[in-house]
Formats: sequence, structure tokens, C-alpha cells
Amino acid sequence: MHLFTSTVGRKILMAVTGLLLVGFITIHLIGNLTIFAGNEAINIYAAGLHSMPPVVWIFRLVILVLFAIHITFGIQLTVENSAATPEQYAIQVTQKTTFAAKSMIYTGLIILAFILYHLLHFTMHVVHTDAIEPYNQLVNGRHNVFGMVGTSFQSAFITIAYAIAIIALAFHLTHGLQSFIQTLGWSNGPSQDKVSAIGKLVAIAYGVLYVAIPLAFLFHILKV
Amino acid sequence: MNLTLHVWRQKGPQVKGKLETYQAKNISEDQSFLEMLDDVNEDLIKAGKDPIAFDHDCREGICGMCSQVINGKAHGGDERTTVCQLHMRRFNDGDDIVIEPWRAKAFPVQKDLIVDRAALDVIMQAGGYTSCHTGGVADGNALLIPKPTADYAMDAAECIGCGACVASCPNSSAMLFTSAKVAQLAALPQGKAEAKDRVRNMTQALLDEGFGNCTNHYECQDACPKGISVKFIAKLNREYLKTVAK
Repeated sequence: MHLFTSTVGRKILMAVTGLLLVGFITIHLIGNLTIFAGNEAINIYAAGLHSMPPVVWIFRLVILVLFAIHITFGIQLTVENSAATPEQYAIQVTQKTTFAAKSMIYTGLIILAFILYHLLHFTMHVVHTDAIEPYNQLVNGRHNVFGMVGTSFQSAFITIAYAIAIIALAFHLTHGLQSFIQTLGWSNGPSQDKVSAIGKLVAIAYGVLYVAIPLAFLFHILKV
Repeated sequence: MNLTLHVWRQKGPQVKGKLETYQAKNISEDQSFLEMLDDVNEDLIKAGKDPIAFDHDCREGICGMCSQVINGKAHGGDERTTVCQLHMRRFNDGDDIVIEPWRAKAFPVQKDLIVDRAALDVIMQAGGYTSCHTGGVADGNALLIPKPTADYAMDAAECIGCGACVASCPNSSAMLFTSAKVAQLAALPQGKAEAKDRVRNMTQALLDEGFGNCTNHYECQDACPKGISVKFIAKLNREYLKTVAK
């Protein structure tokens, strides 16, 4: 199909899958933020979610497909683009592009590595088992997600690992959000800078809200 | 003023090149950058050396031949300026200046600072049929095109095909060039008939010629000597989306 092979088609696929993944991290963030609503709120949320396995699995499958498209084309386009510039300039001064735009492949790969780690941590309970195991028993018919998360983030190592990934995500979004608008052809000349500025603000908001959770536990604002 | 130049010298397309250092002496600040290179070449010829090969034609900022990256910026980096319109008053006595050709797989270096930009012609040809009448200017209102539309098409048509967008793009993409052509023709009634084929064929030719993909760095817009806006790339994307829906 033309969409999967052409230069603009793949750009549009990157933009659309990217935005849908932003939709996913939005839902994920809202769920996560219930942690600030008392010790039981996130446990009730998690139990509610897992009481509907078909919904969870369809959701996971969709996310997997979105990630597969976004990552495959992201890598493919990066490889093509570096092949288009075989010889580098002795000096190259950029005037408009940003650190975020130039580092999309790196922040993307950091996020990918983080997702695998994050799944091994809270979903599959393979790593950091000392922080997870005490909460494996059901209390009132629910997992104690609050305790699991809280105990994990008392470790500075885990918190730093999460913070690095969240910073990478924020950078990825600063380029990605405005890029989406341009790629779908919704920007005109004058709106370009405004769209970029709004994209940056939204990206920072995601970063701050996500990182608030590990930091809240690390600095004992939230206590297990 | 006296300057130290570091110029890319390459004997031919298949030969490996390198930066070589030359002294430019007694340069007037009123000279253009190309006139400065003319002076350096005269000294080289007198010394029995091979002069620096560089492309130039009109020397009035409209031909788009001068494919030079100067101190890391296409055409020297001044706003809406080609190399012939860059003047030596922009430099200071004793400056070091690095001069390189456009670097992109699709623009192979022919010699020194001369690159082959024929790949842009291939993209143009992929755009299909257009007719251009020669002779006098058409009568006002003979073609019923609203003024804002005509202005929009004219803004896109300002592109001189110099390749600075490619040279400045971290991906060596020719998307700004391609979008200027697609947007210009898509805006006008004459271009509507082939609009869908045109956007697909031109962007395919872009890839086939070895240019990279656009990832919205927007370097091209700042480097363009004619100030072509990336809004035309957004327009190209819209035109492409129309072909997906068909």
C-alpha cells in the first residue's frame, strides 16, 4: 500500500500512531494520578481495570500495533535519512531545529527500553521483586498497587530510571506534538510558532505530572 | 581585509576531497563573496595552481547556482541571501572561513564546490505536464483567479531550485522544493487536473533520487534564499491526504 511505502504516507502514519500513543499515555496518566487521591484509590482503579480482561487485552493489542508501526517506521526513516547524507559537513550550524527534533530516534529508543523495563517491573513483576513481593497477596480482594509503587520509588535508582525515561518522553513530545499538526497539514505559516510553543507546554505538563509520582514517594510526600 | 579560507577541493565525482587552506589578501568589504573567490582564483592561476571551481551564473541572486555552505550555513546564513549577494562586509579582517559544497547523496560533488543538482529536475519532470505561454504578460483578469490565490501560488513559485533546503536539512530532504512546486500548481485551476498524480509522483521521485524524508526540522525555511515557508509542506501533506481518501 502506498501509505506504507511513500515518504509522506509513512510520515502521516508516524504522526497518527504517535498521537494515538499520546492518547494512551493520557489515559495512563489519569489512572496513575489517582495515586494522589488516597491510599485505596489506585487499588480500586487497578482492580476495576483488571475485572474486564477482554477490554484490557484489546487495549493492549491496539497499543502493541501502534507501537510496532511507530517504532518500525521511526527506525526505517532514520536509517533512510542518514543514508541520504553520507558525508557530513566539517561545520554545520543549525538555525531553526531543536535538540528534541534531532534526538527523536534516541529519545524514542530510551522510551522503548523504558517500556520494556516498566512492563518487567509493574506488569510482569520480574525485576525489583523485593519491592513487589510483599504486596502480592490480595487485600480486600484487591492488589495493593499503592504499596507496590510506593515501595519501589523509595529506591533512588528506580526513581532516577523513571525520571530519565519521563524526561526523554517530554523531549519526544515537544517535537512530536507540533510535528503532528504540520504533518496532517493543519498548520499555516503564522500558526507554526504558536503550535510549537503549545506543543512544548503540553509536553512539559506531561513530564511534570508523570514525574510527580516517583518524586512524591522519594521525598515522602506520599507515604506507604 | 585579509582572510584565511578553508575550501573543499575535490578533483572529480569519484575522487576523495579534502579541505585546503588559502589566503585571501587585500579583499575589499564591498566585494561580493564570489568576487572574493574570483580574486583568490586569479592568485591561484598566477601561481600555476588549479583555481577553485564554483558554480555561478546571474550574480544577482536569482539563478540559484552557488551551492556553497559557508561556515556551516547554506549561502552563508544571511536572511534571503545567495552567495553572490553575500558581501565581504559581513566578515572581519583575519576571519577563518570554511567553504564546502552542498552535501547530500542526491547532489554528487562534480568538482570542488560544484554539485550536480539534476535530481531536482527529475522531481520537476515527475510533476507532469504544464504549459507555459511565452510572449507578453497575460491581460489582467483574463484568468479568473482570486488575488489571494494568485499571491499564494506566486509565493511558492519564488523557489529558484538552488537546493539550499536540501543542503541545510539534517535529512537531506528536498521536501520544501517539492512542496513549493506541488503547492503552486495545486492552488491554481490549471494544476487541479493532475493534482493527485502530481503529489504522489513528485514525492516518489524525491525518494527515488536519494533525498531523505522530511521530519519537520524546518531548517529549510530559514536557509531558503527566497523565504519559501514550510506552510507549503503542510499544503503538500494535505494534497497527499486527498490521494489517500480517493
